[in-house]
Amino acid sequence: MPWNRQQIAARAAQELQDGWYVNLGIGIPTLVANLLPEGIDITLQSENGMLGLGPYPTPDQVDPDLINAGKETITELPGTSYVSSAESFAMVRGGHMDATILGSLEVAENGDMANWIIPGKMVKGMGGAMDLVSGTPRVIVLMDHCARDGSPKFRKHCTLPLTGLNVVDMLVTDLAVFKRNNRQGLFHLVEKAPDVSLDYLQQKSEAQFTW
Amino acid sequence: MANKKYDTAQAALDGLLFDGMTIAVGGFGLCGLPETLIIALRDSGVRDLTVISNNAGVDDWGLGLLLQTRQISRMVSSYVGENKEFERQHLSGEINLEFCPQGTLAERIRAGGAGIPAFYTRTGAGTVVGEGKEERIFDGERYIMETALKADLALVKAWRGDDKGNLLYRKTARNFNPVVATCSRMTIAEVEEFVPAGAIPADAVHTPSVYIRRMTLARINEKRVEKLVTRTKD
Repeated sequence: MPWNRQQIAARAAQELQDGWYVNLGIGIPTLVANLLPEGIDITLQSENGMLGLGPYPTPDQVDPDLINAGKETITELPGTSYVSSAESFAMVRGGHMDATILGSLEVAENGDMANWIIPGKMVKGMGGAMDLVSGTPRVIVLMDHCARDGSPKFRKHCTLPLTGLNVVDMLVTDLAVFKRNNRQGLFHLVEKAPDVSLDYLQQKSEAQFTW
Repeated sequence: MANKKYDTAQAALDGLLFDGMTIAVGGFGLCGLPETLIIALRDSGVRDLTVISNNAGVDDWGLGLLLQTRQISRMVSSYVGENKEFERQHLSGEINLEFCPQGTLAERIRAGGAGIPAFYTRTGAGTVVGEGKEERIFDGERYIMETALKADLALVKAWRGDDKGNLLYRKTARNFNPVVATCSRMTIAEVEEFVPAGAIPADAVHTPSVYIRRMTLARINEKRVEKLVTRTKD
């Protein structure tokens, strides 16, 4: 029984600790905002220049001058600050954020990731992803374990142009959770979705991992 | 006090435009865009532009308007995913695109405005972004050299501008505007409201007046929302 998107996001949310400053990417990572553990204080950053993201607005609160990095309407909280794009990425590049959670097209067994371009096909750009993965001490990737055609996304080497070299610390897929220490060595399997066997996981992964 | 105010966007652009020029434009997505100046730029017919801007607008708004008319020949951006016409022109080779990571883009513009010709960053090291760039190791980590960006003309959008040219931005409409304002010797601010000098508290000024040469009132304030997401009241 693979985990669904909500369950993947909820699993990632469990990793966050009281007082952390966290950047959430678009897609499944966005769901993490609504699944934060009770009783802990997490400040969400949006790289377009906002520290302290609030919930989505009610229809009468919509403000076109107030959007997140996914260009969705959002609200502010007491304690929110607005900054320029340069300041926003200084926070990221300077290593001041605690974690970033983002989606990916591929993750390799050595922690490389590729999530920004499929040459000749999808040419959208990297946005802030390269800055986020190279500047944040904890990078958590959420993605489906396999592509729609069934091919593995957890690979020996990335086949797509890289977003960052050796940057991924934790991988949560619909089938399992993997972690690695200090960006050295292989990922270690720490959790499997219900009724997913080790054999099945290895079959669906091109990457080597320890267990 | 020197008068920096121009009655129309067209008047503010008068005498500044030439084919092949480089223009930096503030905004993130459709938020904090100098909408009136972009339309005046389109109507001027100036061509073969290099545009430095985080995004390329959408098909029928923002910088997308200048793509429709083929006035842009080169763009430096981090993300163009909301614009199908851009993707088409790029894939067919009609437009030259330099992808630049968003934080690196902001810093290259900041550096351009601050007289710093280049800097080193980890962002993009070991990826296609680092190809052909000088690489150095600091404290055991790979860094690539990125060069500053400057523009012949910079266009920004602010919430309030005072008589002196000091600017205040509003919420996430600030984004790239403060750095874009610095990267040219000729920056025009499109403001939603003119206020007297002193009305923006000196401690609260976001862009000091030295960076602003000309100002004009925002006559188009559509402020389109790209992704309207709401919740029901609790």
